[in-house]
Amino acid sequence: MHHGQLQALHGVSLAVPAGSVHAMIGANGAGKSTLLRTIAGLHNPTTGSILLHGTDVTGLHPEQRVAAGIAMVPEGRRLFPTLTVEENLLVGLASARPGPWTIEGVYDLFEWMRERRGQHAAQLSGGEQQAVAIGRALVANPKVLLLDELSLGLAPVVVRRIYGLLPQLLASGVTVLLVEQDVSQALNVAAVVHCLLEGRITLEGEPAALTPAQIESAYFGVGRASRNGNGHALAVRGTEAPDTAVTETAITDSAVPESGADA
Amino acid sequence: MSWINAVIQGILIGGLYALFACGLSLLFGVMNVINLAHGDLAVVAAYVALGVVAITHVPAVWAFLVVVPVFAVLGYVLQRTLFQASLNRSVLTTLLVTFGLSVVLENGMQQFLSANSHSIDIGTLVSASFSVGSQIRIAYLNLVILLVAVIVLLGLQFFLSSTKNGRLIRAVADDREAAQIAGVNYRHVFGISAAIAFGTVALAGIAFGMFSQFDPTIGTDQLLLFAFEAVVIGGLGSLWGTLGGGILLGIAQAIGANIKAADQVLAGQLLFLLILIVRPQGLTGRRERA
Repeated sequence: MHHGQLQALHGVSLAVPAGSVHAMIGANGAGKSTLLRTIAGLHNPTTGSILLHGTDVTGLHPEQRVAAGIAMVPEGRRLFPTLTVEENLLVGLASARPGPWTIEGVYDLFEWMRERRGQHAAQLSGGEQQAVAIGRALVANPKVLLLDELSLGLAPVVVRRIYGLLPQLLASGVTVLLVEQDVSQALNVAAVVHCLLEGRITLEGEPAALTPAQIESAYFGVGRASRNGNGHALAVRGTEAPDTAVTETAITDSAVPESGADA
Repeated sequence: MSWINAVIQGILIGGLYALFACGLSLLFGVMNVINLAHGDLAVVAAYVALGVVAITHVPAVWAFLVVVPVFAVLGYVLQRTLFQASLNRSVLTTLLVTFGLSVVLENGMQQFLSANSHSIDIGTLVSASFSVGSQIRIAYLNLVILLVAVIVLLGLQFFLSSTKNGRLIRAVADDREAAQIAGVNYRHVFGISAAIAFGTVALAGIAFGMFSQFDPTIGTDQLLLFAFEAVVIGGLGSLWGTLGGGILLGIAQAIGANIKAADQVLAGQLLFLLILIVRPQGLTGRRERA
């Protein structure tokens, strides 16, 4: 994956089994958000492919990937500020799949939203905006939900409340891949964490099996961390395991012209 | 009394300017692109209306029933092909493409339709008027055009605020990338916006052709400029601001013409420049956030 002439990701492969939560951690500029945006279809990988339940979605536009079952809650919420709460959720229906989540379901999940659905999104607090952004992604009934930096700019108590929703999302059949700068938060909620450093995965494994020293060295690139698979369906490039929800492979070997979608 | 008359005539013509401007404003709001062929499209629509009348012999007033839908479809198709291809490269490319289209249209009309002036003949309706007091005469045609403009803007307002496609247009205008990951096909939304812009400018072109003489060069020389000025005076991205901008521009021009006939356009430009200096965001616009 290239950002203009800059190679942002190098040979990153990962597989997320259906119904689980995986987290990407890493320092600023490690490529976490680029990875999520590539899976969502906002960037095109130079090489490699993205499989959703074994189906190649690499060539699809972002909206087609939503229809296929990949939805993202973007970094910074990215609500439509001049639209009301309800209108923001309605936009999420544009390529929605049939499934358990409806706008009413989102209102049941966040009780305050029903009363304030007529308010403009710009008038909401950061935590409320994050809830609407999650709702907007949920109503599309994704198979895989990508969460980019949920905690950014939010009070710790709000962050805990939002991450407290994950069990409910998983119960509705969603698979979650999240990016989080708050490492302790990621270790708390994820079944498996992947650590990115300068566009490469330097460590992956179950949080319980990783020592703080391992994480630290993978995060900051001090010394060499040993890879820890622990028997999970991990790091299998191009895997076709039926229980694999999403596989991301992005190997680069040639420069591409700057893409219009690049930030 | 002649000043009051100038203001009233300015208000009446302002509706026509708003009709020209609303499509330009919509496209800019949704894709950040100024369509430099906007004025020429209006002139093409007026010529097409002439042709429709010549072939079908329907009364000229009803020509819009054919021309407006045709232009809406043309707008969608051009947007999904030529304009989208240029947008995929850059905004500047798109500006150049619309400039090129403007040149092609203008010269094509000169080549095939001659540089002679035409107008859409609506018989005695063009001069029919009624009196208010002793000095002020209001032409039915001007009044009808203003009413049509208000109805079109009301319809557009309803479409944007209360329909699914209107909501998607607003979402894409707010944040195209966020709309994409929410599942919106922004190319289709661009196409719908272009269909509206082409349809409204066709209507404006036909109305202008009934009200005044037109020739192939007037699209760029006057119509695009007036539409652009109405948008800037009113504030980008606001329909009612565009109507206000069109009316203010009309009033300024009428007052200018009242001073000296040759000062009509100049007075409009002076108002435009004044607004740019004292209130660059326009009457209804918000200041750009840094």
